Amino acid sequence: MLQAIGVGSVQEIFDRQIPEAVRLQRALDLPDGVGEQAVYEHLRTLAARNTSAEDELSFLGAGMYDHYVPALIDMLTERSEFLTPYTPYQPEISQGGLQVMFEYQTAISELTGLPVSNASSYEGPSAVAAAGYLAKLHNGGRRFVVSAGLHPHALETVRTHAHGYGVEVVEVALRDGVTDPEQWARAIGPDTSAAIFAQPNFYGAVEDAASLSAAAKAAATGEALDAAGGPPVVVAQVDPMALGILKPPGECGVDVAVGEGQPLGNRLDFGGPSFGFFAAREEYLRRMPGRIAGETVDVDGRRGFVLTLQTREQHIRREKATSNICTAQALNALAGVVYLAWLGRVGIVELGELMLARTHYARERLAGLDGVEKLHSQPVIREFALRLDADVAAVKRRCALDGVNPGVDLQALTGRGEDRGGLLVAITERRSRADIDRLAEVLGVAVAAERGPAAGGSSIGGPAPLADEAVSV
Amino acid sequence: MSMLDDNLLHADPSIDVHPASGGARPRRADAFGPTPLQREPARTIFQKGAPGRRAFMCPPTDVPGVDGRELLPARFRRTEPPRLPEVSEPEIVRHYVGISKRNFDLDSGFYPLGSCTMKHNPRLHERVAALAGHARLHPLQDAERAQGALELMWSLQGALAEISGLQHVSLQPSAGSHGELAGVLLTRAYHEDRGETRHKVLTPDTAHGTNPATVTMAGLEVVKLESDADGGIDLDDLRAKADSDVACLMLTNPNTLGLFDPNIEEIAAIVHGAGATLYYDGANLNAVMGMSRPGDMGFDIVHFNLHKSFTQPHGGGGPGSGPIATSERIAPFLPRPLVVREDDGTFAFDFDRPKSIGRVRGFHGNYGCFVRAYAYICSLGADGLKDVSEAAVLNANYLLARLQERGVAEHLPLAYGKLCMHEFVLSGGPMKRALAIKTLDLAKRLLDFGFHPPTVYFPLLVDEALMIEPTETETKETLDAFADAIAAILAEAAEDPQVAIGAPYTTPVRRLDEVAAAKHPVIRQALD
Repeated sequence: MLQAIGVGSVQEIFDRQIPEAVRLQRALDLPDGVGEQAVYEHLRTLAARNTSAEDELSFLGAGMYDHYVPALIDMLTERSEFLTPYTPYQPEISQGGLQVMFEYQTAISELTGLPVSNASSYEGPSAVAAAGYLAKLHNGGRRFVVSAGLHPHALETVRTHAHGYGVEVVEVALRDGVTDPEQWARAIGPDTSAAIFAQPNFYGAVEDAASLSAAAKAAATGEALDAAGGPPVVVAQVDPMALGILKPPGECGVDVAVGEGQPLGNRLDFGGPSFGFFAAREEYLRRMPGRIAGETVDVDGRRGFVLTLQTREQHIRREKATSNICTAQALNALAGVVYLAWLGRVGIVELGELMLARTHYARERLAGLDGVEKLHSQPVIREFALRLDADVAAVKRRCALDGVNPGVDLQALTGRGEDRGGLLVAITERRSRADIDRLAEVLGVAVAAERGPAAGGSSIGGPAPLADEAVSV
Repeated sequence: MSMLDDNLLHADPSIDVHPASGGARPRRADAFGPTPLQREPARTIFQKGAPGRRAFMCPPTDVPGVDGRELLPARFRRTEPPRLPEVSEPEIVRHYVGISKRNFDLDSGFYPLGSCTMKHNPRLHERVAALAGHARLHPLQDAERAQGALELMWSLQGALAEISGLQHVSLQPSAGSHGELAGVLLTRAYHEDRGETRHKVLTPDTAHGTNPATVTMAGLEVVKLESDADGGIDLDDLRAKADSDVACLMLTNPNTLGLFDPNIEEIAAIVHGAGATLYYDGANLNAVMGMSRPGDMGFDIVHFNLHKSFTQPHGGGGPGSGPIATSERIAPFLPRPLVVREDDGTFAFDFDRPKSIGRVRGFHGNYGCFVRAYAYICSLGADGLKDVSEAAVLNANYLLARLQERGVAEHLPLAYGKLCMHEFVLSGGPMKRALAIKTLDLAKRLLDFGFHPPTVYFPLLVDEALMIEPTETETKETLDAFADAIAAILAEAAEDPQVAIGAPYTTPVRRLDEVAAAKHPVIRQALD
């Protein structure tokens, strides 16, 4: 090979191209390589030092949920034909992947009640930020009005991105667990680019999505609006698993529905990779971010699929692109559409009703414990917030000794003073009545132990001692 | 010209010998009729199944019966279920296995897509990522009960710091383009913190499209830099444009022509002299691991593409992962949280970063990708990573040499330089003029030969560009077969250009009407 190239050594190829001053003159300071078996043992040892949902009775949620992932998803996503190609730049040899995208878009469109979907976004919170960018391109408004019921990671991600594209973010507080309708309407004006809320919201509450959408459109009216470039784009961050029973965003006046796709057949993976979904009304089609598959025919008239509307995209439009997305989450979206086919038209409703019933049972059961109350009384579907009359971190540590993870420490995640004592409990089809009863038993004992005078407990609503350890999320 | 190996070709039933041309070539549909896959019409999962069919069995309702309509009032309820498929498990399996066969993939053949680093994906990585301790670990698990995951992230941060020569790493961004966005936001935060408003970002005309798109998303303005006659940055143009409004220069080195910019030290000096930062697009890191480090070249910020250099399966277009590393002066602005090791040896998330640009996404980044990248680094070690870059550059130069043989070079000359790093760019301009076939035709004909074509029509400054990245995991035999195929297609075109112009013939569908697809978008299955 060297002879064909016309060099004496491989090193010579480098020496002739890289200036000596920027060549690394030593070996990298990394351990030596080892064989497959040794790597496996090392990674297995690290895995064993994590307490996964397999190792404890977990009620963690807050954006990612421990749903059962059917075996056929592993089998299909591990197939070389889906696992190892790249973005379908050559459609003639990528019909499998392109058809998956087309089917995925159809499923997301059905789920959200919105006519157009992209082929996936990175994940939930950055999809919310991407929806904001779409709104900014669409109407040029200078402000996002965002419900405090948005996932705190989404809220922070929107702020990070909006600072880049020069949009101010205004937060609307919650009242009794849902977005305060008066403050919402007041905050939205002619310069509002997007009005963004979550459904159900971060605290588990079902929002009155139709009213929030209508209020957003109504609040921004008048002459000033005409000058501003149009009404705000109403964006909802939606839990896809709730959409078997919940009124779809498209029927609630929502313009763009985005969200975290992990519940749909993707494993937890400590937070990723998963996928974000992004669906919208027709008028936003040419401003959508990311890849979109479209149907067409080949020279012989056969049905086929291609990446389409590519004039939106970075590799064609460069600085004028509607987003910078190149690689998205095709494999995770495949898991998503296979999961939706596996659940099916009837199953997704059954699963929604099951979560609804069990969540209601769990909420009432836990709120009946001494020192535990509901944080709000709004309808909930798969997750609910409680307030403990005890330090949440300490309660969680006690529960852990009994192999139970009772949920997410709300204040640790949101940093909000009013969330002190808050616990967010998630229910999936994997948590049976017996599991919920076990949680009630363990949580009751732990709260009782932590609220005793010796434990430095406090009365509900009063100041509670701060957690004695660093925030751990 | 070299001919394809007849024995090899005869083993493949889709290949036929054309006695008239004296050689072998993949068969054409017009001679043999449609292939079995071509005869099968594309039907989506929504067009299969029947009412009442199902795969999922819902667990029983085990809690006391409460009327669901009370728990969720009618005004919040959906009136009709979403029209999802009604199919059995065997139907799902057969459907998706069936359409999977309409994909070409890296495990099946050579995939020399430039700037995409389509190297072999060891299956060990899938196995370890699937261990329950990784795969079923909830992202909000308490840090003290996720110590294995945090240690893995901390170790990966350290390895990436060492490989890049930049000591501060955030693993958070989801993909290369997302890392770029984080990087440009970092630059912006850095200048703002010093009380400076700088609104321009310099990007070379060879840059990946994500670079300029990112700049706009970060609220800054793109200023294009010219390339010099050797394909590097034009230093005079850089000097002229590097003024006090410039926030950053985004550079790929080696660049998208596969050339290492020999003036990198001077470029860094000019950029830093202007008070701007230097950003390294890590898409081409596979060329220089253990050989040269962005930090030592003077870069302030680098993003990695874990799915490229550190071999994640590309998944048909994701997932990826795009960590970033920075120098000391940029570090305070990194996304939060970072993983740190405490004095007692335990690992924790550090949120106390007041100057941070904030989060760029939810949770901690694509952890599943971290597991695979870390396993890769453990497997290879320091020497192995250097071997990777050596072999990648050797393979690219060998393939380049084969494609600069007589019969090919006059049609597909190397656009710039003599040697290359891990990839190279040929120009199909002479081929188009002499043989009347375009780069696109060559690419489509390659499909009939069982190869994934190179990246085509990029970078933009090369006429009819073909960008070829073979990677280190391909054998000499594969590189030779690919070079032979290119030579065969050129020879065939000299005889009859219509063969390439009509290609492909053997793929599940033939050339598709992309114009019609964009003009009248049909982007979902019509139902009922």
